[in-house]
Amino acid sequence: METAIFLIFAALALGSAMVVVTHKSPVYATMSLVLTLFSTAVMFVLLGAPFIGALQVLVYAGAIVVLFLFVLMLLNISKEEHQQEGQTVHRWVALLGAGAFIGLVVPLIYRATQSRNAGALTEEFVSIREFARDLFGRYLLQFEIVGLLLLVAVVAATVVARKPPAAPSGVAGADSPISEVEP
Amino acid sequence: MQFELLATAAKMALMLGIFILGVAPIMLWVERRMSAFMQDRPGPNRLGPLGLVQGVADAVKFMFKEDVTPAGADKPLYLMAPALALIPALSTYVVIPFGPDLTVSGKTVPLIVSTGGAGVLIFLALSSLGVYSLITAGYASNNKFSLLGGIRASAQLISYELALTVAVLAALIPAGSFYLPDVVSYQQKHVWMFIPQAIGFLVFLVAMFAETNRLPFDLPEAESELIAGFHTEYGAMRFATFFMGEYISMTALSMLAVTLYFGGWTLPWVHLTGWLGAIVGLTVLLGKVALFMLFYVWVRWTFPRFRYDQLMRLGWKVLLPLAILNLLLVAIATLAGWFPGVG
Repeated sequence: METAIFLIFAALALGSAMVVVTHKSPVYATMSLVLTLFSTAVMFVLLGAPFIGALQVLVYAGAIVVLFLFVLMLLNISKEEHQQEGQTVHRWVALLGAGAFIGLVVPLIYRATQSRNAGALTEEFVSIREFARDLFGRYLLQFEIVGLLLLVAVVAATVVARKPPAAPSGVAGADSPISEVEP
Repeated sequence: MQFELLATAAKMALMLGIFILGVAPIMLWVERRMSAFMQDRPGPNRLGPLGLVQGVADAVKFMFKEDVTPAGADKPLYLMAPALALIPALSTYVVIPFGPDLTVSGKTVPLIVSTGGAGVLIFLALSSLGVYSLITAGYASNNKFSLLGGIRASAQLISYELALTVAVLAALIPAGSFYLPDVVSYQQKHVWMFIPQAIGFLVFLVAMFAETNRLPFDLPEAESELIAGFHTEYGAMRFATFFMGEYISMTALSMLAVTLYFGGWTLPWVHLTGWLGAIVGLTVLLGKVALFMLFYVWVRWTFPRFRYDQLMRLGWKVLLPLAILNLLLVAIATLAGWFPGVG
């Protein structure tokens, strides 16, 4: 039964991930991303880590991808995004990125297949209590640093998005200092 | 294994039958009759005693109506959207406990469908997926009003989900568990959570209305500005599916509210076990949920709709800070040992 569930959702995750990359319509790609995230969440649950699975759906599928869609709809992109000219640079960059990713993943897979002492996930190892203890105990500093990083990103986004302050009465005002005096 | 599968299937059938599929037709009747009562008119009272069968007639009408897809609609997404409204709403009930542990042929059966430790997180995760139905419907209909409704829905639901989640987290702290039966047994032993966490409950209550797109927060379908918002282009059974989805997610959130703040299936000072306890527990849960549903209708026909900027301001500048403040207070109170039964 677990194998069947695994196979179904593994196929779904891979298939929808392919759609995300290849589909021409950005909205379809984004909706497929939701399916990918959901299927990976099911994997986490099968591995005995429902907390991570639930968070994946809650944070990524339930909030971040919704924001993607929000932006897509605000921009009112046409159904089929046409292929743009001169994408050779894009392709090389994409190839480089994919190569780097494979370079990261292959050693991991190799190590996972070599070592036989990985052991089953235990209730203590994946329980929410232990997870919280690790996150807010052993790795508290790292956690706080990540939080700070996110705060900086939020502040930066706010600064970028803010309307520029009312222009100081234009170029003409610079010539005649009298017009700059506030009433 | 077989026994457990069978027990789970039975529990799912029970919950689906009573709470989910029974709710939409009854609520349809309740809403119309209650709104009529509040406006001093009879409402639909012809078909059957008190007009109770009116819902069946409406369902039949919806099913036999022509199913139209607008020209220029994005067909796959357009057809998928109503299903997306129903699926998350229909699956969240699995983490709600509805009675004491039963002993059936020597085995203990907890009266909750999913016994996983992530509990309420599963609820929040699944219900957060409900927004996709509104967005897809708005996008796929090829209609400006639908699109505006969809955009509003995505912004509104994300904003209020934050406040809702923070309020829920605070309610879990004294019990110290994500698993809702623990929360219920804590409340039965000590105190119903809405008393020590009145602020959190208030935030939850307001966010609950926004999350289910009910008045005064039904901006995604505000009929005075957007015709019918995200479901403008939907007719027949597809429209009815959105309608059902709304009622079912209202029921689901009411169940969560009851479980978190009003002792779930328990009654104070009443400790029943066995089959009697199970029946009473289920009835009590049903009664409490019914009260919440009546509250939904009462509010809908009492308050005017918010303006969109007011809605956003309320969500981000009032509810979220209040929810965080409540979380902080509860955390301090728990550490200081002010909650009974927490060491």
